[in-house]
Amino acid sequence: MLEASNLECVRGEKSLFRDVSFRLAAGACLMVQGANGSGKTSLLRMLCGLAQPAQGEIRWDGEPIRKLAEDYRGELLYCGHAGALKDDLTALENAQISATLAGAPVAEDAARQALRQLGLKGREDLPARVLSAGQKRRVALSRLLLEKRRLWVLDEPLTALDKAAVATLCGVIDAHLAAGGMAVLTSHQDLPLATTRIEQLRLDS
Amino acid sequence: MSAPAGQRPAGSTLGVPQEGAANSTERAQSANTRHPLPREGGRGDGGLANEPSLLAALSAVIRRDLLLAMRRKSDVLTTLFFFIIVVSLFPLGIGPEMAMLRQIAPGVLWVAALLATMLSLNRLFAADHADGTLEQMALSAVPLGVLVTGKVIAHWLLSGLPLALLAPVLGLQFDLASGSLAVLVVSLLIGTPVLSLIGAVGAALTLGVRGGGVLVSLLVLPLYVPVLIFGAGAVEADLTGLGATAHLSLLAAFLALAAFFGPWATTVALRIALE
Repeated sequence: MLEASNLECVRGEKSLFRDVSFRLAAGACLMVQGANGSGKTSLLRMLCGLAQPAQGEIRWDGEPIRKLAEDYRGELLYCGHAGALKDDLTALENAQISATLAGAPVAEDAARQALRQLGLKGREDLPARVLSAGQKRRVALSRLLLEKRRLWVLDEPLTALDKAAVATLCGVIDAHLAAGGMAVLTSHQDLPLATTRIEQLRLDS
Repeated sequence: MSAPAGQRPAGSTLGVPQEGAANSTERAQSANTRHPLPREGGRGDGGLANEPSLLAALSAVIRRDLLLAMRRKSDVLTTLFFFIIVVSLFPLGIGPEMAMLRQIAPGVLWVAALLATMLSLNRLFAADHADGTLEQMALSAVPLGVLVTGKVIAHWLLSGLPLALLAPVLGLQFDLASGSLAVLVVSLLIGTPVLSLIGAVGAALTLGVRGGGVLVSLLVLPLYVPVLIFGAGAVEADLTGLGATAHLSLLAAFLALAAFFGPWATTVALRIALE
């Protein structure tokens, strides 16, 4: 269970949002909406513990995430704007190394399988440098399949993805929610999820 | 209470392997049961399941950085060529005055090694910061300090170690005796890890700052001075027949201090830089 109470985000002198509260139970999905610059990414970074809220508190299973530290990070998967891919490494190396760095090493077969599932068959051994933006995104999203985490925080996961990839991704998210996972998402595009447990959070003040 | 406590050491040495074995099977089980997701309040197990991968993560960071360096050799070679060129220019500029060359050799070699290390510091975290890898490292279930230590070790393997191995060859140009060359290598082997450890703190503090390259020099150079004094001092002491042990011991003390505080300070600085 992820809980946020009275969060406030301050950038410079300006308050981006205040009094943001929500609860997210197992199997539910939170869609964060708002215009550009309304603080969606800031909120998501707060939920990960990368940024501290000016006010308010975020709790995971009743305990503040600051206190949980690594225990919380072991439950969390954050996929931000930057794909965390190395241009000089192949798609497969990228997938395996990012999983190992996250503390959940995977076998080569599992990594290949995940890349194939995301439509990168035959591209596994190409350096990320030569992949298109959408293909890089798919490599970055392969972490969703490889690292078993309960809470997914996805910042604009659909950027640069084609229709087929969007459908695949929605299937992956649905499966994650059906298995009792949680997801916090931002997206300017429609995300055709099958689940009915979608909560909306608007950040426009 | 006190009697069993006295016996504990013997008992515990026997008990440790069993305990470790029990733990590892437990870990393996908890790693397996992690996969079905709906498990509330399982964070204790989560921590345990991650424990065996600490060393794996450390070696993975080192291997990753070495692999990246192999794919892009120019970065590493720049540092080495800089070191070779700077050191080689001195004998050419001063001329064949052996006594003078022998006298300045320790200082020249150490200053060049120090500047070469500084040259490579900017790259330590910048690329990982730009492509989001650093963010992912900060969010890893593995403590960031472990990953940072791995990066520092990789940095030393790619800058400090080659410098130390090249130094005796370059030292020949200064007419150093073989004994002094050995001391030079040893002093560099102990001293360059300190340079990497301190440099990492500076690189982390100036991460994302415009003109960070200049700032890193200003921050880090004063901290390098003691290492320079005792590193070059060790070779000088050997040249004058005083024996280098005292200097080398002090260098080793610096290394112990830097190894203890460096990764911790770097981790704190990185978390601030990411916020």
